[in-house]
Amino acid sequence: MNYLHSIGTYILMIIEIFRKPTKWSVMKKLIIKDIDDLIIGSLGIVAFISFFVGGVVTIQTALNMDNPLVPKSLIGFATRQSVILEFAPTFISIIMAGKVGSFITSSIGTMRVTEQIDALEVMGINSLNYLVFPKLVSLMLYPFVISISMFLGIVGGLAACAFGGFATVNDYITGLQDDFIPYHIIYAFMKTIGFAFLLATIPSYHGFYMKGGALDVGKASTVSFVWTSVAIITLNFILTQILLS
Amino acid sequence: MIEVKDLQKSFGDAHILKGISTTFDKGKTNLIIGQSGSGKTVFLKCLLGLFNYEEGSISYEGRIFSKLSDEQKRDLRSEIGMVFQGSALFDSMTIVENVKFPLRMFTKLSESEMDDRANFVLKRVNLENAHNKLPSEASGGMQKRVAIARAIVNKPKYLFCDEPNSGLDPKTAIVIDNLIQEITDEYDITTVINTHDMNSVMEIGEKIVFLKDGLKAWEGSNETIFKTDNEVVTDFVYSSELFKKVRKMYIEENL
Ligand SMILES: Nc1ncnc2c1ncn2[C@@H]1O[C@H](COP(=O)(O)OP(=O)(O)OP(=O)(O)O)[C@@H](O)[C@H]1O
Ligand SMILES: [Mg+2]
Repeated sequence: MNYLHSIGTYILMIIEIFRKPTKWSVMKKLIIKDIDDLIIGSLGIVAFISFFVGGVVTIQTALNMDNPLVPKSLIGFATRQSVILEFAPTFISIIMAGKVGSFITSSIGTMRVTEQIDALEVMGINSLNYLVFPKLVSLMLYPFVISISMFLGIVGGLAACAFGGFATVNDYITGLQDDFIPYHIIYAFMKTIGFAFLLATIPSYHGFYMKGGALDVGKASTVSFVWTSVAIITLNFILTQILLS
Repeated sequence: MIEVKDLQKSFGDAHILKGISTTFDKGKTNLIIGQSGSGKTVFLKCLLGLFNYEEGSISYEGRIFSKLSDEQKRDLRSEIGMVFQGSALFDSMTIVENVKFPLRMFTKLSESEMDDRANFVLKRVNLENAHNKLPSEASGGMQKRVAIARAIVNKPKYLFCDEPNSGLDPKTAIVIDNLIQEITDEYDITTVINTHDMNSVMEIGEKIVFLKDGLKAWEGSNETIFKTDNEVVTDFVYSSELFKKVRKMYIEENL
């Protein structure tokens, strides 16, 4: 019953986000600020994780391949597939649910407990549009983050080959080009857009409708991380079923 | 004028407002007083439409709030200024940006016109040198004054203040009270103030509504509150030693 109520509120919230839009001159600035906070601010950690996890995927694949009949180029192939299909879009999104998600929940939640949201409402401003819409728009640049992650993951694998000697750079590059299916990239970006939507809206929901004080802001951030992750994993499963099978 | 009829509000099983009817007059400072927890903030938030209520009606110059369309509600709200109990300044904006915010959202003024207006109201609340501070860098009293400046910058017709001088020293508190009184007279607006400060009651209580346990226990003004025999009121008013002495002197004087 409770869950149904939450889902209902969530859907109504999404409709409300698009009603009574805020003045464009103000909205423009909010969007730019959110692009800075949510997108640019995440590039560092995403780059770091992607590069090293890409390297580790390559090393693990290499170490587990002891059959001399299997060509070394398979290492490049396996790295490419896992990075593009799952690691970059899904794994990074879970990380973003922690980083961006808890930022969104705590910043909106703090505005709730300090009555700043009430202050917006009293002025006759649609606070959901004012607060959530710019986040939604700026997260539409999220595929850009994921393409950087894909690129650096593959470069990480290349570095592991070059410096770790698990395969030659040539083998790795040959593997990268093996059986390349462009649709996989489309699939990955379609997932990414879906995740971006969840990343913007679920943490906003948890911040916007929270009750209580400063302590509860922390709790709401944790709950929001859990639910955003669950939603991302579930959507991943559904989209993979629909788009790849 | 704001008319409230039989207002009732519950949170779950807790019946907080149990049917309050009163009016708040134009051009007057209307005070809502009562003990902590008596429902003052809930009452004010119902007036503003921030809380839904089960029963009753609220009308602003005949406009019944619950019957307005979204558009009309927005228009009405642009006539309202509100000072929250905790100031509720936007903490990502500087003080001057906070004050300019309602202008930016609801007027077509140019940047320099907004600056002029913001400077004017900030001067009005005696805050001339803090424009570019963030709210977190301002003291509680400064934050209150910024909140008042933000509430009046767009020339509201209705001004609501939830304990505008709680947590302030007596001197600053009186400055703020007088400021609200002056603004009310100057712009001829309807001002509603929540307070449990007896100094405010004496200074600016042109109309007083006394709440107790979610009911209106008494109604009057700062002239009549010291003469009433209503026990609930005398209990509240003379809970302080100072006022007990004042009363004693008053009675002796009149004998
Ligand atoms: N959002 C809420 N949910 C549930 N109960 C609430 C809520 N807000 C207030 N209450 C309850 O309503 C009652 C009145 O609270 P209110 O904040 O109006 O008191 P107040 O008169 O403003 O007190 P104070 O002078 O301390 O500010 C309290 O018992 C409080 O617990
Ligand atoms: Mg209160």
